[in-house]
Amino acid sequence: MSHHLVEAENLRHIYPDGTVALRDVSFRITHGESVAVIGANGAGKSTLLLHLNGYLAPTAGEVRIGDSSFTRKSLPEIRRRVGMVFQDPDDQLFMPTVYEDVAFGPMNLGLSASEVEARVQEALEQVGAEHLRERPPYRLSGGEKKRVAIATVLSMAPDILVMDEPTSGLDPFARRRLMELLKDFRHTKIFTSHDLDMVLELCERTIVLHDGEVRADGPTREIFRDDGLLAACRLEKPLSMQGCPVCGSSSEQTGNGG
Amino acid sequence: MASIEGTILDFRRLDQLATGGTSLHKIDARAKVLVALIFILSVVSFDRYALTALFPFFLYPAVVLALGNLPADYFVKKVALFLPFALAVGMLNPLFDREVMARIGPFDISGGWVSCASIVVRATLTISAALLLVGVTGFPEICRALERLGVPQTFAVQLLFLYRYIFVLTEEGARSSRARELRSFGGKGLGIKSYGSLVGHLLLRTWMRADRIHMAMLARGFTGEFHALQPSRFGGRELLYLLGWSALFIVLRLRNVPDLLGSLVTGAPR
Amino acid sequence: MHMADALLSPAVGGTMWAASSGTIAYCSAKVRKELDDRKVPLMGVLGAFLFAAQMINFSIPGTGSSGHLGGGLLLTILLGPHAAFLTIASVLIVQALFFADGGLLALGCNIFNLGFFPAFVAYPYIYKMIPGERPGQARITVAAVAAAVAGLALGAFAVVLETASSGITSLPFSTFVVLMLPIHLAIGIVEGIVTAAVVSFVYKARPEILQGAIEARPVAGPPLRNVLLAFLAAAILTGGVVSWFASGNPDGLEWAIAKTTGKEELKGPQHGIHGMLAALQEKIGFLPDYSFKKPAEAKSESPGTEGGAKPKREGSKLGTSLSGIVGGLITLLIVFLVGFLLKRRSQAA
Repeated sequence: MSHHLVEAENLRHIYPDGTVALRDVSFRITHGESVAVIGANGAGKSTLLLHLNGYLAPTAGEVRIGDSSFTRKSLPEIRRRVGMVFQDPDDQLFMPTVYEDVAFGPMNLGLSASEVEARVQEALEQVGAEHLRERPPYRLSGGEKKRVAIATVLSMAPDILVMDEPTSGLDPFARRRLMELLKDFRHTKIFTSHDLDMVLELCERTIVLHDGEVRADGPTREIFRDDGLLAACRLEKPLSMQGCPVCGSSSEQTGNGG
Repeated sequence: MASIEGTILDFRRLDQLATGGTSLHKIDARAKVLVALIFILSVVSFDRYALTALFPFFLYPAVVLALGNLPADYFVKKVALFLPFALAVGMLNPLFDREVMARIGPFDISGGWVSCASIVVRATLTISAALLLVGVTGFPEICRALERLGVPQTFAVQLLFLYRYIFVLTEEGARSSRARELRSFGGKGLGIKSYGSLVGHLLLRTWMRADRIHMAMLARGFTGEFHALQPSRFGGRELLYLLGWSALFIVLRLRNVPDLLGSLVTGAPR
Repeated sequence: MHMADALLSPAVGGTMWAASSGTIAYCSAKVRKELDDRKVPLMGVLGAFLFAAQMINFSIPGTGSSGHLGGGLLLTILLGPHAAFLTIASVLIVQALFFADGGLLALGCNIFNLGFFPAFVAYPYIYKMIPGERPGQARITVAAVAAAVAGLALGAFAVVLETASSGITSLPFSTFVVLMLPIHLAIGIVEGIVTAAVVSFVYKARPEILQGAIEARPVAGPPLRNVLLAFLAAAILTGGVVSWFASGNPDGLEWAIAKTTGKEELKGPQHGIHGMLAALQEKIGFLPDYSFKKPAEAKSESPGTEGGAKPKREGSKLGTSLSGIVGGLITLLIVFLVGFLLKRRSQAA
């Protein structure tokens, strides 16, 4: 299914003020993969994400979703296929009620009222938020907001789910719930995150960015075993791989997260 | 205005009251908005010395309070907060208008006092009407009603955004303000330079947030048009509500009911 | 300063509502055409910003009192006149509904007074004329102060006109003017300084936000039409006020006219305007008691006293007779009972 490919080729992005955010980024993500993009702050992760739905245009190089490159005509369809959830849910929930926020996408797609209703219902059920339908966003907890933010994107039936820092700001319970939810999704998943334990649990592949370049791209476990690489990129092993602080057993024995 | 935190809580409270499930809440917002407007117009159209003729109009806020199951003490307090201003404005009248208008027993009452009282009564009525409208309708519904009544979409949608983000921004503002307070060791108020900086930062963050919201909108297919949800019904109940109250207000405006009542009771000629 | 419902007559309030609504419609159409679909969220969020910013106080040096930002000029600098007008209007609407700032009838006046003058007069004709290319703090401050003072002075004067032509307060026109204008000049200076402080900050940090606003550009055409409309409205209102004084107090009249329009003689046209307005009043049968004429009548019966003494009226017309008072009390009692019973019923339900 080639139309689910996410591909970047020699992607380069320089901001108007001269900052070189991405130098030369290339990768290829296929259907159903679960990929994490990690790196220090300022490494270029968010900039990279913003290319994936055409919000930013490359200074050089190319980004392709499926077979389409980004043109004015293909943009709406690409934005339907690539569902993007941003870091601060308050930026994403801008309508007066949850229902309207989740309905925003389908309505922009021109669906009929009954179809919109069906989509909204389904999306809310998927994230476990049907009871929040009529609530205004400012009366939701942090975890609820994140879930609803995901629903606002799910209602558009995307093929690819892109999330910027999905677990940031969540309490442990909400975080765990969100991770269970994400595990169940069949979509192609692309996350950026500082939560390396989540990355270890959810993503089988990891791309490490540093200074706008791809430093590593491979299976998550392998990358997290490379201490030198992690240190050079201002990263660390996930806590679950760092050895037990109580009994002192080594990291190799503790192994898995969760 | 009071402290930021206090204001935010107040906002939230009023917003919460609007989610009540009484039959009054369920009436379409357009009817409620129109009735409130007609009410205010009726009240305000009295001449300056009208006083007791205004009293029957208290029926509307009383009924709305009761049927909407709204907390009377909350609203009375809110209205009372504003009254000093109305009084201050009205107080000028007795100074300039000294001609005696009536005698009640041994007391001479000048026109100025009557018109001052009239101003206060009017203010109470109109402010209650506005607050109660929000209490039984909720601001977002009012905006949608306005849009259906002909207000341009650009303006109505922008009103919704404003309302939505007041909650976010007042909290941000409160945080900045609190942070500054903690570092100013009892000094009162901001100097203008640090004010410019505090508010300037808030402004920049706001600007960037607006960019992100726009990003989120684009990511969900926004192309410039806002689509309306299912239209709400303006049915028999709404019509009854609208016509009933309007008729009452017009009658009360044209006939001085307290006078009638009073002369019935006292048997005095009008 | 905000206008209050209590001081406003429906006629004046209605006129100002019409003016405000018309301007809102015009600005909405303009913003829509701009094709910058960032504008709507930006307007909403900046409105919320203004709301929050107004809750933060600064101390005014030398007076020991504190003030807060009005923001009309600041918004215009950031958004341009049309979007700024809409934003200011929406902030005022929220304040009127939630904080009883003035009331709903006066909202039309407030939107116009606090929105139109900064956005369509002060900004294009004063603020933009002053700073040159890449202005420094001093020039920005001068521009902002001048614009703020102008905007506020015009707004204050509008309030006076609206109040006077409503005829509900007994405060005489000239006294009102003397009270309002100096205060608003002072407020304008402070507003200008504070606005300049914020603008300079933003200019240093993110100059591209202020791209269009700071660098001097030739003033765009369309606002001229709005300005003309505003002057027309002001002229009608002035005519109304003037005719109010016309039948008595020629001295006060001359003084007021000389101060506001710089002309001495305006006798002729008023009767025409006055007569026309009075005839209009008759036609609006819904408001039969409404007194646009009464103050004039009163004036003609007791000339020479500024601030006017009113002739005695029959008590019963105003409910101050005994039966009126008794009736009033009974009415209140009934109202209270009705409310109480209904509340019991809806709580039990």
